[in-house]
Amino acid sequence: MKLEVINASCGYGKSTVVKNISMNVESGEILCLLGPNGVGKTTFFKTILGFLKLQSGNILLDGQDINNWPKKKLAESIGYVPQAHTPPFPFSVIDVIIMGRTAHIGMFESPSKKDKEIAEEAMNTLNIAYLKDKIYTEISGGERQMVLIARALTQQPKILVMDEPTSNLDFGNQVKVLEEINKLAKKGLGIIMTSHFPDHAFLCCTKVALMQKNNVFTIGTVDEVVTEENLKMAYGVDVKITSAINNKGEKVKSCVPMIN
Amino acid sequence: MQIFKKSSENFKQADKNLLLMLKSNNHIITILVILSFIIFFISFTVGRYGIPFDQLSNIFLSKLLGLRKSWPDTVETVLFSVRLPRVLAAMIIGAALSLSGATYQGLFKNPMVSPDILGASAGAGFGASIAILLSFNIIETQIFAFVFGMGAVMLTYILSTIIGRNNNAILVLVLTGMVVSTLFSSFISMTKYVADPNSKLPAITFWLMGGLSSINSKDVLILAITVFLGAVPLYLIRWKLNVLSFGEEEAKALGIDTFKIRILVIFCSTLMTAVSVSLSGMIGWVGLIIPHFARMLVGPNYKVLIPTSILLGSAYLLMVDDIARSLFSIEIPLGILTSLIGAPFFIFMLLKGKRGWI
Repeated sequence: MKLEVINASCGYGKSTVVKNISMNVESGEILCLLGPNGVGKTTFFKTILGFLKLQSGNILLDGQDINNWPKKKLAESIGYVPQAHTPPFPFSVIDVIIMGRTAHIGMFESPSKKDKEIAEEAMNTLNIAYLKDKIYTEISGGERQMVLIARALTQQPKILVMDEPTSNLDFGNQVKVLEEINKLAKKGLGIIMTSHFPDHAFLCCTKVALMQKNNVFTIGTVDEVVTEENLKMAYGVDVKITSAINNKGEKVKSCVPMIN
Repeated sequence: MQIFKKSSENFKQADKNLLLMLKSNNHIITILVILSFIIFFISFTVGRYGIPFDQLSNIFLSKLLGLRKSWPDTVETVLFSVRLPRVLAAMIIGAALSLSGATYQGLFKNPMVSPDILGASAGAGFGASIAILLSFNIIETQIFAFVFGMGAVMLTYILSTIIGRNNNAILVLVLTGMVVSTLFSSFISMTKYVADPNSKLPAITFWLMGGLSSINSKDVLILAITVFLGAVPLYLIRWKLNVLSFGEEEAKALGIDTFKIRILVIFCSTLMTAVSVSLSGMIGWVGLIIPHFARMLVGPNYKVLIPTSILLGSAYLLMVDDIARSLFSIEIPLGILTSLIGAPFFIFMLLKGKRGWI
C-alpha cells in the first residue's frame, strides 16, 4: 500500500500552518518527520488522519483520494498511535487493545472471540502478553506506549501514524520502541512517525522529512536530509555528526550537539 | 522451606481465584437482580398504610393463579393504584438518570459529569415552573418541562458549535452547558419571585424539590415508553462508548463517526432526563454517584457498566423513595433525600481518591 500526499496545505479554519507538502510512504518504509516545535508537524498529522480538513492538495491511498472516506474505511487502512496518556477510566489492558477492532465491527456489535484473539496476537507480537489483565492507568509509560502500538496493530492497518512514539520514555524504553518499529516495518507496514531526536532517524528510518519555519520542507534519505547544515538551519544549534560501528560491522551515525 | 514456599504460593493462587470469582461481573449482576427483586417486594409493604408481607405474597399469588379475591378493597387500591405506579416510576427514573449519567461521563470523558450538565434539568425545571405559574394541568406541565429541557440542551449545543468551531468541542460544550444551566436557574428564580406566595410559590418550590407522590399509571406508561426509546440505542452502542471515552481524536482514528454518536448519545440521554424531571421534579445526584458506584463494582467497560448502572440506579432510587415515604409521618421530598445521601457519599469517594478524576 502507498500513501501519497500531493501539494497539501493544512491548518485550522482559515489560517494555513503548512503549505504545499508532498511526500509518500510505501509498505515497509519508515518516514520520520523532524522539525522544531510549532512548525506544524501535528497539524500535518491531524490532516492525514482526517481530524482536520485538507485545505488544498490531495491525499491518496493506492491512488484513491481519501478526502471523503468515512472514518471507518479510513481506520481500516491507517492506524494511529497517539502519545501515551492517562484516560479518566481504569480500563484493563486487554479492553484497551480490543478497541483496535472498532473499525471492523458493526455499529451495534461488540467484539467477538475472534477479535479477542487478534488482540492477543498483537500482544504476543510485542511481547506484552503479561500485561493483559493489568489496569491500563496503573502501568508504566513505556508499557502504555506498547499497549497503544498493540491497539493500532489490532486495527490491522497498512499504514501506521505514530505521534512521537518515544516521548516521555526513558532511554531503554525509547530504544525498545524503536526496535519494535523496525520489526513492524520489516513485516510490511508503512510507518510515519514524528520525533524530536534526529538520532532516531539514523536508528530506524528509511526516509526523513525535515520541516522548518516558513514552509521550508526537505525530504529524502536519512543521509541526505540529516546533515550538520540542515540541523543548524532547522533547530538553530551547532551539531556534529559522528559515527560508531555496531555489532554487525555497520556504520551507525549519531548527532552530537555543540554547547559552548 | 521450598515446600512451604510452594504451598503458600498455592494458597495465594487459591485466594486470588476466589477473589476473581467473587469479582466476576456476572455474579455481581445476578446479585443485583436478586437485590432489586427483594427491594421491589419490600416497597409494597412500607408506607402510611402498612401491608404485612404474608398478605402481600398471598395477594400476588392469588393474582398470578387467578384465585378469588380475599382481601379488602382498600388494600387493592393502595397496592395497585398507588404503590405499583410509584414503585415502577421510581425504578424507571432511577435507571434512566443513572444510565444517562454513565453515558454522559463516557462521552465527555469526565467522571464528574451528570445529565444536568448540558442544561436539561434546569431547562425542564423552568418549563415546569412556568406551567405551574400559568395554572396549566399536569400533562401540560410535563410537556412544558420536556420541551424546555430539550430546548436548553439544543441551545447549549448550537451555542457551543458557534463558539467552538470544531476546536476542543467537548470543553466548549461543557462550559456552554454550565452557562445555559445558570441562565435557566435564574429564570426559575424569576418565576418564583413573581409567583403568588400563597398558592403558586409553594407549588413550584415543592415540585422543584422532587417527589413521586402524584404519579399515576398513565404517567408511568409515558415514562416507560420514553425511557425505553432512549435506553435501547444507548444499550446497543454500549461497547462503542468505551472507545469514545478515550477522546474524540482517538475514537475517530479507531473508526468511529464521533459526530453522529455524540448527537445520538446527547439526544437519548436528554430525552430520558427531561421526561424524568418533568414527572418527578429535580432529583439530583443519582446520575453522578450511581455510575461511579457501578464502576467501582464492575470496572469501566460499558458492556457491563450499563446494565449494572441500570440495576443499581433503579434499586437505589426505589430504596430512597421507600425511605422518603415511610421515615416520618409526612413525606420527605425525594430530591432532598437523594442530595442528603449523595453529597456525603460523593465526598467519601473523592477522599478515597481515584486518580485522574480532577
